[in-house]
Amino acid sequence: MEVLATIWFVLIVVLWMGYLFLDGFDLGVGMLLPFLARSERGKRVILNTIGPVWDGNEVWLITAAGAMFAAFPHWYASLFSALYIPLTLCLLFLIFRAVSIEYRGKGHTQAWKSFWTWAMAIGSAGTAFCVGAMLAITTLGLPLNAHGDIVGGAFAWASWPALLGGLGGLGYAFVHGLVFLGLKTEGDIRARARSWAGRIMLPAAVPFLIWFALSITQRTWLVVPVLLAVIALIGAFLAVRAGAEKRAFALHGVYLVAGLGSVFAGVFPNVLPSTLDPADSLTIETASSSDYTLTVMLIVTVVILPVIIAYQIFSYRQFLVRIAETHIPEAHKVPVAIRS
Amino acid sequence: MDLDPVLIGRWQFGITTVYHFWMVPLTLGLGMLVAILQTVYHRTGNEVYLRATKFFGKLFLINFIMGVATGLVQEFQFGMAWSEYSRFVGDVFGAPLALEALLAFFLESTFLGLWIFGWGRLPRAVHLGALWCAVIGSWISAYFIIVANSWMQHPVGVELVDGKPVMTDVWAVLGNNTAIAAYTHTLFGALAVGGSFLLGISWYHLYHRRKDGIDTVGPDGKVIVGESTDLPGRDKTDHAVWIKSLRIGALVGIIAFAGVSITGDVQAKLMFEQQPMKMASAEAACHDGTQFSVLTIADPSSNDCDGVQNIFEIPGLLSFLAKGDFSTPVHGVTTLLPEYQDRYGTHIPDDPRYGEHAGEAINYQPIMIVTYWGFRMMIGFGALAAGVCLIGLWWARKGTVPQSKWLSRGFLLAITAPFIANSAGWIFTEMGRQPFVVAPNPAQLDGVYMYTQAALSPEVTPGMLLFSLISLTLVYGVLMVVELRLLTTYVKGGVASAMPELEAKKTSKPTITDDGDDVLSFAY
Repeated sequence: MEVLATIWFVLIVVLWMGYLFLDGFDLGVGMLLPFLARSERGKRVILNTIGPVWDGNEVWLITAAGAMFAAFPHWYASLFSALYIPLTLCLLFLIFRAVSIEYRGKGHTQAWKSFWTWAMAIGSAGTAFCVGAMLAITTLGLPLNAHGDIVGGAFAWASWPALLGGLGGLGYAFVHGLVFLGLKTEGDIRARARSWAGRIMLPAAVPFLIWFALSITQRTWLVVPVLLAVIALIGAFLAVRAGAEKRAFALHGVYLVAGLGSVFAGVFPNVLPSTLDPADSLTIETASSSDYTLTVMLIVTVVILPVIIAYQIFSYRQFLVRIAETHIPEAHKVPVAIRS
Repeated sequence: MDLDPVLIGRWQFGITTVYHFWMVPLTLGLGMLVAILQTVYHRTGNEVYLRATKFFGKLFLINFIMGVATGLVQEFQFGMAWSEYSRFVGDVFGAPLALEALLAFFLESTFLGLWIFGWGRLPRAVHLGALWCAVIGSWISAYFIIVANSWMQHPVGVELVDGKPVMTDVWAVLGNNTAIAAYTHTLFGALAVGGSFLLGISWYHLYHRRKDGIDTVGPDGKVIVGESTDLPGRDKTDHAVWIKSLRIGALVGIIAFAGVSITGDVQAKLMFEQQPMKMASAEAACHDGTQFSVLTIADPSSNDCDGVQNIFEIPGLLSFLAKGDFSTPVHGVTTLLPEYQDRYGTHIPDDPRYGEHAGEAINYQPIMIVTYWGFRMMIGFGALAAGVCLIGLWWARKGTVPQSKWLSRGFLLAITAPFIANSAGWIFTEMGRQPFVVAPNPAQLDGVYMYTQAALSPEVTPGMLLFSLISLTLVYGVLMVVELRLLTTYVKGGVASAMPELEAKKTSKPTITDDGDDVLSFAY
């Protein structure tokens, strides 16, 4: 039981890391859409950097949620029902984010375009906030009773961990988007992304760094990965300053992975602590599925996850080229063949 | 507030799920048709199929994204609103959901992105392969979600440990006969949607080509294909796009109806065994008998058998549907009720997890007016869709359609028929499962069942559920309008709406070429 549940705990943390690393820049790009480019063509450059890949990235979120349901049904049930209101909002944000990418270019009035531009920005920012908040909450705890249900009403989750994680998620995704745009675009947008990233990267990281550092109170040795996260962040910052965009992007990823790793290592073997009574905390043991289910799912995951990563890399490799305004075709206005 | 949270929760789930399942069958059915169209193009190089691929592919994408967006809600809301359900079934029900994401959604989303942006960029065979991967991904996802749903209809592959089902045989869960029947039935239902979609839109275009005087009809009734000089993309090839799409769509619609009939018959026979009460109330069959009800009326305000009047029945048909002969009587509600009460008790246990429903009398009979009419609407609208396909195929045999505005509108409207049939079928099967969220499996696993009353999240209040219900319904409503308007715009634009190059050819407007730079063949 213990070994399998531990492996699954690690796998779910990996899925969340994958989600934040990949969709993290999609969300940042979405937030930046109204701000980083002034011209319509520039906005389309920004949007098209994530065009072919964002949907595949979002699946990491669905998989993380689905894997929590399969491997730790009690974790999934307690956390998701406790966060009923914020997750409803998160779903609305995700819906608008998804639809705006596909629909923005399909209308031609100024009102249509600016509606979907802002739907994209707000949807992306809201999603980043909610996901960050949810992950901080699951490591810092909720007022749960012995049955695993939240006590204190619809807003009992609204406390400092939600704010810390929410702001952290927002800041992380914003910067990750800037670093990604520096890597994926050419011209003005690239220059602006780089200069903004250089200015905002360190202050935007403060909430996440506080969250990461709190894990040291659980296990002292976690000072090592937390320090690694800090060093990676500083490295990313210096790389941005030096114009080494690939290095900046990779190090910003190391910062995320080291930080999330230490946070979840700190809370282990809990998956969702109870702030009312430690005895009511959900642990990998009390929240997990049977050995049989965990084994079956592990076999499938071990076989298929490398395949998924391989074809996602294949997909990224098809779109390696930097996008500039000259790559963007003329906006195509739908003709009217049938007039009535 | 005096609102029943379970009732609001069910409305919330019902609305979001039925809405999601308007997008899904179109994604499944149209996706497969677009993949076939592109394959034909790949093999023959015939531009007609390229145009059809691009045009219907564009409509497919406008709809696809709505399926993605509304599907996210599905993955989250079991835990959000139905945490007790999630805790009870998590060991067996979470697995197909996770498998769906791992084996299907990644494939679908990643390769669809490659397909959208891959025109002219990927080698042609790889580009076609990307679409097939995406379509196969969507078909795999349908399988896993139906495995999950079928486990709620007919639990298998588990044993009870401490009162909870624990999975012991994943192959039994994946190979559940209920799932195989429901999966094939759903796929044919989706193909019916795809077929009607092609038929209705192609008819509309053929009609307008005649109305605009582009195509005319000779004395023998055969089409004389013409060409328009001022309207984009409405050349002779355009006619071939629509007549071929019309025929493919109608043919697929007819084949799909044969498919849903056969798989539906298998499902009905399973249901008579596995959920006899559901089938009895689908038939408004109060008493044992062999007759199939063609029309039954009842007082809609009550759900008991006293007010039910069978107006017209066909003797023997029900037995044929249930058992394959004309004489074995099928149990009616009045026979089944005491059996259910005997097996599963007359009252909900007096347990706090049932909230205010603890100790209530259980009504094992689903709401008959919903099951009875849901079942008939499914069959009726399914048959209507197939009938329209048959008539359309015949009517267009001479290469075009009659110049009738109302006929054209009728064929467009008929696109909704298979959608209604799909929704009615799901509403029937889900509401027919009540009062259970996990129906008992009387033959093999009788102890594994759960009342819907026990499934809701204990701490989630009616106000929270209403917030979700209202906000999602409003957003879904607005997005529905947006999607339909976009679809209308693109349909009216014809093939040129998905192929800017057709317009460029006509107006000889140069496509931009900035020295040495390669312009994206597609960009948002």
